[in-house]
Amino acid sequence: MIWDALIQPFADFGFMRRALLGCVAISLGATPVGVFLMLRRMSLTGDAMAHAILPGAAVGFLISGLSLGAMTIGGLIAGMLVALLSGFVTRVTALREDASLAAFYLISLALGVLIVSTRGSNVDLIHVLFGTVLALDNAALVLLCSITSVTLLILAILFRPLVLECADPQFLRSVSGLSALTHFTFLALVVMNLVGGFQALGTLMAVGIMILPAAAARFWAASIGGLIIGAVCVAAVSSFTGLLLSYHFSMPSGPAIILVAGVIYAVSLFIGPVGSVIAQAYPSHTLRTGKVEK
Amino acid sequence: MAAALSFRNLTLGYDRLPALQQIETEVPVGSLTAVVGPNGAGKSTLLKGVIGVLAPLEGKVNFGALKREDIAYLPQQSDIDRSFPLSVLDLVAMGLWREIGAFGSIGPKDRVRVHQAIASVGLTGLEHRPIGALSGGQMQRVLFARLLLQDAQLVLLDEPFAAIDARTMADLLQLVHIWHDEGRTIMAVLHDYDVVAEHFPQTLMLARELVAHGPTSKVLTAENQFRARQMCEACDGPPHSCGKGVA
Repeated sequence: MIWDALIQPFADFGFMRRALLGCVAISLGATPVGVFLMLRRMSLTGDAMAHAILPGAAVGFLISGLSLGAMTIGGLIAGMLVALLSGFVTRVTALREDASLAAFYLISLALGVLIVSTRGSNVDLIHVLFGTVLALDNAALVLLCSITSVTLLILAILFRPLVLECADPQFLRSVSGLSALTHFTFLALVVMNLVGGFQALGTLMAVGIMILPAAAARFWAASIGGLIIGAVCVAAVSSFTGLLLSYHFSMPSGPAIILVAGVIYAVSLFIGPVGSVIAQAYPSHTLRTGKVEK
Repeated sequence: MAAALSFRNLTLGYDRLPALQQIETEVPVGSLTAVVGPNGAGKSTLLKGVIGVLAPLEGKVNFGALKREDIAYLPQQSDIDRSFPLSVLDLVAMGLWREIGAFGSIGPKDRVRVHQAIASVGLTGLEHRPIGALSGGQMQRVLFARLLLQDAQLVLLDEPFAAIDARTMADLLQLVHIWHDEGRTIMAVLHDYDVVAEHFPQTLMLARELVAHGPTSKVLTAENQFRARQMCEACDGPPHSCGKGVA
C-alpha cells in the first residue's frame, strides 16, 4: 500500500524519476541561494528577477521554438541585464534599489508577455510560466545538475564574504574590496537558479522553491548552516510529495510542489522552535535561541 | 611627530552636496583624538572619508605609512543586521579577516586568539550566543573584541559609547587606553565632553568645517563650543549655502 503510493510511480515511470532528479537538483542549488536572499531581506527581489527572465526566454522561444538551450541563454541574458541595469541605476541615480528593480522587471515582463503572445499560443505561454517538470529530457537534467554544481561551488568559495555582505556590509567594505563583486556574483547565482528552475517549474514557480523552504527553515534553525540544511530538506520533501500528489490526483506538478512547500511553511510558522507563533507565545531560553544553555 | 593622517583641503559630502568642507589638519601617529561637534557637524562623515566609504568631493586624505588594512573602523551600531544568525564567536572571528582573507582557514592558534579577545572584553561563556540575543552593551563589547583581533594601527570609533551602560563604557575605555599605550592612533567620535576631557588628550572639533584641533584643554573651551553651535545653525537649510564666510 505504502509502496504503491510512494515508490511505485517512480519505479514504473521514467518521467517521474527524471522529474524527481530535476527537483532534487533544484532543491540543492536554489534553496541555499534562497536562504541568502531571505537573510539579505531580498526575498521579493527573487520574485522580481523571476519575472525579469521571461522576455529572454521568450526571445529564445521565438528564435528556435521550444529549444532548451536558446530559452536558457535568453533567460540568463535578460536576467543579468535587469540585475546589472538596476544595480547601475541605483549606484548612479537617486532611485533606490527596490524601485529601480521594479521598474526594470515590469518593463521586462511586459515585453516578455508581448513577445510570447505575438508568436505562440496561450498554451506556450502557460508552458513558459508554469514549466514542465514531467517532460524533462536529458539535456534539461544535465543543465539543472550543472547549475546546481556551479552554484554550490561558488557559494562555498564566496561563503565568508557573502555572510559578511549580509550581516555587516560596512565592515566588509572596510576590510576588503570584495563587496561589489560578491553582490553581483550573488545576483548572477539568483538568475542562474531561476533560469534552471523555470525549465521544471516555470518562471513563476521557480522562485517558490527558492523562497518558501528558506522561510520555513527560519522557524527551525538559528544558524546559517542549519538554515541551509533545513531549507534543502524542506525543498526535497516538497518536491517528492508534490510529484506524488500530482501523479495520484492529476494535478499540475509545479503548483503541487510549491503548495506542499507552502503547507510546510504554514505548519512551521506555528510549531517551529525558533520564533514561531507558539515559540513567541511560550518563550523560554531554549525555545528562543534553539540552543540549550550550558 | 609624524602624521598618521593628514587632511589636505578635504571636502566630503553626499549627493555632491558638501557636508564637511576644506578640512586641513594632521593627526599625529600614536595620538588619542576625540572628534566632537554639534549634531550634523560632519563627525561621522569625516570617519567615512578616512575609511574610504565616501570619496572626497575635493582635496584628499594622506595616509603616510598606513595601508588600508592597517585601519579598523567601528561604525554606529545600527549598521549591523542583528537578526542575522551569527554567534558571538563568528562575529569576533571576522576580525581576523586581514590575516585570513575571504578564503583562509581559522587554525587552532587563531581560535585561541579569538577566545582571548572575547575574554578581554569580559564575555567568556557567551561565545555561542546569537548576536540577536545580546544587550546593547554586550554587542559593543563584541565589536571591541573584533577590533582587538584586527590589530590595526589606526582605530576609528564612531560613537562607541552611545546608549551603553557606565560599566561597559569604563571597560571599553580601558581597552582604548591600552591601544593608546601600544602606540596605536585612535580617533573617536564622542558627544560626552566629560569623557573627552578625562580620557582624550587631543580633540578635533567640527562644525561642517574645522573649528579647532589640538590639546583637549585648548579646544574644548566654551568659546569654541559656542562658535561651533553657531556655525552649524547657520548651516541649517540647503547645505551648499554653508561656506567659509560663516565663520
